[in-house]
Amino acid sequence: MVSETDPFNPQDMSLQPPALTPDYRSSRLRAPSHKLLSLEQGPGELTGPTFGHDVIGPNDNDLIINYAAPGSAAIGEQIMVHGHLLDENARPVPQALLEFWQANAGGRYRHKKDGYLAPLDPNFGGCGRTLTDENGYFSFRTVRPGPYPWPNGGNDWRPAHIHFSCFGQGWAQRLITQMYFEGDPHIPLCPIVQTIADPKAIDRLTARLDMAHTVPMGFRAFRFDIVLRGRASTLFENKLEGN
Amino acid sequence: MSGSQSASQTAGPYVHIGCTPKVAGLKNMYGGHVLGADIFPPDVPGRKIVISGQIFDGAGDPVLDAMLEFWQADASGRYGANGAYGGWARRAVDPEAGRYRLETILPAATGDEAAHVKVWVVARGINLGLHTRIYFEDEPQGQDPILAAINEPSRRSTLIAKRSGDDGYIFNIHLQGDKETVFINV
Repeated sequence: MVSETDPFNPQDMSLQPPALTPDYRSSRLRAPSHKLLSLEQGPGELTGPTFGHDVIGPNDNDLIINYAAPGSAAIGEQIMVHGHLLDENARPVPQALLEFWQANAGGRYRHKKDGYLAPLDPNFGGCGRTLTDENGYFSFRTVRPGPYPWPNGGNDWRPAHIHFSCFGQGWAQRLITQMYFEGDPHIPLCPIVQTIADPKAIDRLTARLDMAHTVPMGFRAFRFDIVLRGRASTLFENKLEGN
Repeated sequence: MSGSQSASQTAGPYVHIGCTPKVAGLKNMYGGHVLGADIFPPDVPGRKIVISGQIFDGAGDPVLDAMLEFWQADASGRYGANGAYGGWARRAVDPEAGRYRLETILPAATGDEAAHVKVWVVARGINLGLHTRIYFEDEPQGQDPILAAINEPSRRSTLIAKRSGDDGYIFNIHLQGDKETVFINV
């Protein structure tokens, strides 16, 4: 059995990007050179902040309207993103806060430091949030973000992507990642995507078109599941079943 | 185990749009509510302190686009006992000098662990969020297992905030270089 006092599995470094990835130039001066110090998890690592519906408003998970003037909507291809937040033991993670942010349909962020020539959409802020339900499921509506160039190498473009900030049930589960779209030709070309060595790990960050949840004459759906670290169950010699 | 952990990706230079939209200039997003602005309810018992500092890259330049999150015990050494997310806060560094400032209370020691505040740092160029801890120079360090595991005294000192004034502590983070902070695989 797994309880809330059991430690989380270690970070699987074969799946995670290393700190120093020179092709992604920004990592060169920001990657620690020392090995991480390993820690036996204490009460602070096993617990973490938890959130309730008091922090979530009714339109927080609808980026098409949550920044728009009344009666207006963000410009772009309307999509729904949905998925399942799980841990490595395939247990759903309920009532977890997810935050997401992205460029607009033209590939421009609402940020004063983004100087890309695509226009800002006055009705698109580019952020949203939700809580997973009691079974770990989540969904939100948005516009499909555009790809955009960035000053890394000579001609680097980011694939269309949505950033995800995920809280689990413990401090050790905190994760920020990005969701890519199936079929995007920039995925294998992007130095940030390619900080991940394992192609299967990249594939798991790639959302799939989900025609079963696509609304005819409405919007397409994309499915994106996220897996957080699981808790290592305590192995009792006299009670192997369940482990 | 039946699944594989999702890989991390950098939070990028615009993490503030998603996590601290007010800082990014999104007016009245979420009705103006700023998640993680206050680490504890105002009436929480304990000695009020202020932790502040900067984050530096390997060239010694301040990092201007980072976000930090904090998680700590209260003055009784308990985690998560003061409201649903009491003990948790987040800060964007300011875009001019890369400074952060956290008004909090001094945590108590918990078991073997000396009083400390946990920190998580994300930014452009950081592929996997970095965990570290802030200890306090004028608090006993005792048998703290993390500090004990660091052999070099100069590296141990990277986790210890310096007292500054009556209620202030300075804690700078160096991502790389001679003063590189000890980061933790939690």
